[in-house]
Amino acid sequence: MAMKIALVGNPNSGKTTLFNTLTGSKQYVGNWPGVTVEKKEGHLKSRQKEAVIVDLPGIYSLSPYSLEEVIARDFIINEKPDVIINIVDASNLERNLYLTTQVLELGVPTVIALNMMDVVNRRGDRIDMTAMQKKLGCPVAAISAVKEHGVDELIALALSAAQKPQPQLFSADTESALSAVLDAVKDEPWLGNFEPRWLAVKLFERDEDLLKKIQLSGTAERKIDSTVKAMETAMDDDAESIITNERYDSVAVLLEGVYIKKARPKLTMSDKIDKVLTNRWLALPIFFFIMWGVYFVSIQTVGDWTIGWVEELIGWISGGVETLLVNWGASDWVLSLVIDGIFGGVGAVLVFVPQLMILYLFISILEDCGYMSRVAFIMDRIFRRFGLSGKSFIPMLIGTGCSVPAVMASRTIENENDRKMTIMLTPFIPCGAKLPVFAMFVALVFRNASWVGPSMYLVGIIMVILSGLILKRTKLFAGNTTPFVMELPEYKMPRPKGLILHIWEKGKSFVIKAGTIIFLASAVLWVLQSFSFSFEYLTAEQIDRSILAGIGHVLAPIFAPLGFGNWMSAVASVTGLIAKEVVVSTFAIVSANTVLTFTAVTAYAFMIFTLLAAPCFAAIGAIKREMGGWKWTLIAIGYQTGLAYVMAMLVNLVGGLLFPNAEAIQLGSDVEAAGEGALSSVGILDNPMVYILGVILLAVAVTGLVSLIKRGGNKPLSGSAAKL
Amino acid sequence: MLTLNQVPCGHTVKVIKLDSQGALKRRIMDMGITKGTPITVKKLAPLGDPMELNVRGYELSMRKADAANIIVA
Repeated sequence: MAMKIALVGNPNSGKTTLFNTLTGSKQYVGNWPGVTVEKKEGHLKSRQKEAVIVDLPGIYSLSPYSLEEVIARDFIINEKPDVIINIVDASNLERNLYLTTQVLELGVPTVIALNMMDVVNRRGDRIDMTAMQKKLGCPVAAISAVKEHGVDELIALALSAAQKPQPQLFSADTESALSAVLDAVKDEPWLGNFEPRWLAVKLFERDEDLLKKIQLSGTAERKIDSTVKAMETAMDDDAESIITNERYDSVAVLLEGVYIKKARPKLTMSDKIDKVLTNRWLALPIFFFIMWGVYFVSIQTVGDWTIGWVEELIGWISGGVETLLVNWGASDWVLSLVIDGIFGGVGAVLVFVPQLMILYLFISILEDCGYMSRVAFIMDRIFRRFGLSGKSFIPMLIGTGCSVPAVMASRTIENENDRKMTIMLTPFIPCGAKLPVFAMFVALVFRNASWVGPSMYLVGIIMVILSGLILKRTKLFAGNTTPFVMELPEYKMPRPKGLILHIWEKGKSFVIKAGTIIFLASAVLWVLQSFSFSFEYLTAEQIDRSILAGIGHVLAPIFAPLGFGNWMSAVASVTGLIAKEVVVSTFAIVSANTVLTFTAVTAYAFMIFTLLAAPCFAAIGAIKREMGGWKWTLIAIGYQTGLAYVMAMLVNLVGGLLFPNAEAIQLGSDVEAAGEGALSSVGILDNPMVYILGVILLAVAVTGLVSLIKRGGNKPLSGSAAKL
Repeated sequence: MLTLNQVPCGHTVKVIKLDSQGALKRRIMDMGITKGTPITVKKLAPLGDPMELNVRGYELSMRKADAANIIVA
């Protein structure tokens, strides 16, 4: 039976690096069931023993209040790992050991991995490991995960760890209260399921997660309540705070004589870097520059080139396959299924993979070096108002290129609600694939008016803001009041090995997971558009007799209030699920033989619908992966499509009232050419950054003004306001 | 009564009391802000909020609204 090892530790403690070192590339990454929290599992790279390592979410504590903490606790209590490796950032001992005191109460054999010893040594501080080991009562191994020092010793200790650790003791009064609490539940039937020490502390703290999971008898409840209340009155504080305070006290006692600090210079390296990066005047310009850099390389230049290369590659492969099939005498429909359906559909998505990986490389670098938390720090004030996190900025920016990596970038957001909201709203930002759709209408219906393209970005951003404001008040998102208390970790150099592993894993998981949905969906869609109801195989031009057209006819009335209640628009919208550019080619096909007209009003309504409605299958696949299941994915798509419907309808109704005599223009078969022409003339590619920057600058100016006015009324302490 | 959000940059204060409850209070305490802990206000974000604090040897960012619940001296 393979050993089960749980990896527990603070965020930024080097846990991921250690996990990578311990498992190499033999890891599996997914989500904890039903949630957006990432789950990582891997096999230990060791010849001695078989072991599975589970990387639990980075946590600061084992409180019952956040998803990550509950996941960690539940795993340890329910899955009963054989060993816990508690990784501790030695350069940040107090706060890390606070978690350790809680881990030790769980009764699982624990090994402490004292990481970042190189930082400690560099500072000139010393840690007496023997003394620490003695005081903690469990093995301690000094490691540098990044340099891969001491890892073998750690593995050896972990594999042979069998002793239950001794928890740290609280004050005498607290200890006797804990005994009383434990005594009160001694006859409860579920007593055996829990480690006594853990149980006593949690009951004392009135831990709501534990209380949800057990049935306390009336007598036990009363006894516990009176014990706890007595302590609370005596200490003039609530039970949870009493314990928390005493934990930190016990850590201080533990560190006496164990951690010898050398007097540190006033400013650390990170402080110096932050003097520039979060400087009052320089921070925002530098931030824009970095963001522009990311955008420029990944979306405008290199990323764009890779899309071209992959398109060529796929074209070449599909050409080869086509020749092969023709030589084997494959029938027409097989050819069409494989070439148009599968290669077409899957290919439309695969072209994005290199760009995805480039974008992910940037995100990983920003995250690993520590700058990402500065991004959140800088942008938080603006995004907080709309129920989002400061870290929501990056996904939105990336969304101007492609929603897929944008959605995946939301992983860096800690708060579950903020994360879900960001995932849901990011697709509102026009992605690269939606541009041809807009361009087509701009050219054919709006006669290349220059306001139309940029207005799409504006509408997208406004919808994000409005949705944030509205959704924050709904049941789904309200109530999570985890305060924005975020660590700003020390800057460090990202490790190439870790980065490569990261983007490889992300790219692979996208191709496999999202790929399967897309493969199936493309095949299904191909069947729907190539066969009539009597299963007669049709050519592309005969699409008006296909099942898809039939579905289009059924859906058409639904779109009537939006102004495009015809089967062709309905069909085009549906095919847009494969990839938004397909909308243009569908229009080209269907309007080749039938008259299809749009007025400026109905065209705009269609554009709004395309902008806001559910994104392509690839993005939906990414959403599902990040949301951790179908429930939230459907909620997200439902909201997007619902909003799209309402907004398009509003445009149609209001537009119809304002411009009742709008000219109906026919889409001819030169649709695609017109679209491509418009793309360059409208210069849409250059605009998005400008408009996003504009909106942000505006927000900055407004908030700056407001705080200037407010600050005028604030009475500062001893005239030090000048420092502000 | 002085609260953390009122402390100017560069000053160090000691925590007297945490005036909040439940998850909010727990989170703040989990991050090391407990009675008697010294906190240094390093700076404010460019847009005026949140605050950057130094607590128990590491850097922490906290919104002024949450810092207003921390009574210091």
